Amino acid sequence: MMNRIFLFLILGTVGVFAAGAIEGEIQKQDLNISAIVMFLLFVGGTLGITYWAAKRTKSAKDFYTAGGGITGFQNGMAIAGDYMSAASFLGISGLVYLKGYDGLIYSIGFLVGWPIILFMIAEPLRNLGKYTFADVASYRLRQTPIRTLAAAGSIATVILYLIAQMVGAGKLIQLLFGLEYEIAVVLVGVLMILYVTFGGMLATTWVQIIKAFLLLSGATFMAFAVMAHFNFDFGSLFAKAVEMKNTESLDIMSPGGLVSDPISAISLAVALMFGTAGLPHILMRFFTVSDAKEARKSVFYATGFIGYFYILTFIIGFGAIVMVFQNPEYLDLAKQAVSGGDPILGGKNMAAIHLSHAVGGDFFLGFISAVAFATILAVVSGLTLAGASAISHDLYASVIKKGKADSQSEMKVSKIATVALGVVAIFMGIAFEQQNIAFVVGLAFAIAASANFPILFLSMYWSKLTTRGAVIGGSIGLATAVLLVILGPIVWVQILGNAEAIFPYKYPALFSVTVSFASIWFFSITDKSHDAQAEIEAFEAQYVRSQTGIGAEGASEH
Amino acid sequence: MNKELVDKIKANPDYQELVSKRSSFAIKLSIAMLVVYFSFILTIAFNPSALGTPMFDDSVTTIGIPVGIAIIIFAFTLTGIYTARANSEFDDLTNKIKQAAKDY
Repeated sequence: MMNRIFLFLILGTVGVFAAGAIEGEIQKQDLNISAIVMFLLFVGGTLGITYWAAKRTKSAKDFYTAGGGITGFQNGMAIAGDYMSAASFLGISGLVYLKGYDGLIYSIGFLVGWPIILFMIAEPLRNLGKYTFADVASYRLRQTPIRTLAAAGSIATVILYLIAQMVGAGKLIQLLFGLEYEIAVVLVGVLMILYVTFGGMLATTWVQIIKAFLLLSGATFMAFAVMAHFNFDFGSLFAKAVEMKNTESLDIMSPGGLVSDPISAISLAVALMFGTAGLPHILMRFFTVSDAKEARKSVFYATGFIGYFYILTFIIGFGAIVMVFQNPEYLDLAKQAVSGGDPILGGKNMAAIHLSHAVGGDFFLGFISAVAFATILAVVSGLTLAGASAISHDLYASVIKKGKADSQSEMKVSKIATVALGVVAIFMGIAFEQQNIAFVVGLAFAIAASANFPILFLSMYWSKLTTRGAVIGGSIGLATAVLLVILGPIVWVQILGNAEAIFPYKYPALFSVTVSFASIWFFSITDKSHDAQAEIEAFEAQYVRSQTGIGAEGASEH
Repeated sequence: MNKELVDKIKANPDYQELVSKRSSFAIKLSIAMLVVYFSFILTIAFNPSALGTPMFDDSVTTIGIPVGIAIIIFAFTLTGIYTARANSEFDDLTNKIKQAAKDY
């Protein structure tokens, strides 16, 4: 056991990445009719599912976990769906389009956290928790302070993530569908509120599964079309791409400037791992399956889908270099006239969208655009549900009502919280339209990795963790993550306009996670209180349950 | 779960076998993943040109491409290996422990 913790302390240093959000000025496009028709079909179908799910969502357990009856395969698809956001589909294919190999480095970082989650987190989480990861963190510690801190970490992560998704959604929809930015943001917010308040986790999961299926199908078709063009020979695809980039060197085939120094490299790497293991909307999905066996299968399928998806985006990025780059149809000629080069219409994140037109014409462009919109809807729904659960289950039922809230009133609070979060997301989306939001996803991951993850992990494996250690150490980790992001190059220099960053690295988690683990350790071992002794003694029973699942929450009967 | 039951489960040889086998298996697989991934990242940080070497003399495909794809497949394979063993051997042990716990 100590070996395991030691291992994580050594490696326990996390950084943060900023997913390729859609940034900058966007030109509004003409109304895209085939995209709108296909999107309306998706919305109609998913609202139908929401209606069906609403009839089956009667208790708080149904609302938070879809009754615990989702299968491992379905949940794997839904987890993959949560992970394959529009930012990762368009952002990573855009990064490959621009930088080639660097895009692959990025996607590998996103993937390798999953095996670790399976080996270390998935089973104890499923065996100890009920609705939220705070259930696990507070299992043998004092409810009020731990739940409050865990809820703060969850809500902060969710809101930051929502801002990034809403702003990206507004710009993407403006570009693809020709709608006004504000209308797009309100539309996303309203649909998400409908899915979550009426259909709960059941509707949210099925929306995610359908979207994951559509996205994987669309991406498979694109990658297949690209490879068919080259008789399924990777060598000639790469050769043509290098030729198109018009360089003698193999720049796009080699690691470039994504990670410039070893500290940033390690910081980014560990950020991706631990950040993923601290995302509330991902952790919550482990409670939707019936037992530990299905939880394991979920991660197995999810890792497979995500890995497959990243290989597809790599092919799509290279396909775009061949078919979109230097193709006058997709170039921003106005911008080219001013600044030269080969600027792509709508920015680099549009590479996959243009490629869909190049391989499948207007109809397929419409399909991929609709899928991109659906992706945003599904991801924001999952986020909102996770945020609402933190408010209703952790803050309302456990902190305010001291665990005495009945299922119906708890569910009512979570619905009110969903509407409130939806409204906040809409306002934030509009308020941040013109802001530089490059730091937002990075900050969300820093918080997840430096506050949520250390508390969750140590509560599972370290018997000497006490309430005092978790609360003080977790808060210090949270504060350090926020502070280092503010003092770092993106906020301090690019946004606040200072000449030089006080903290030189873009990814703070290497430092903030170390600080978090060290302070939790220190404030736990120096805690000699009577309560602390009882908490340490309660570890044995918790560990037996986490290992065997005896006493764990089962699926509801219906 | 009361203290008596906890002590009985802990004394059960099946439980001890489950915990020790699963912990060492999970740690080994985690180390395998971390070693592979950090070797990759540190190669990029300290010697990026190693991955930029062409696979054959006149090819543009670099060594980095199959290495990157292999890491993705490796990660997926590890989850498959763990899931297969946990869903059979470890779950059988767990069921035995649960059965025994009912009779205490």
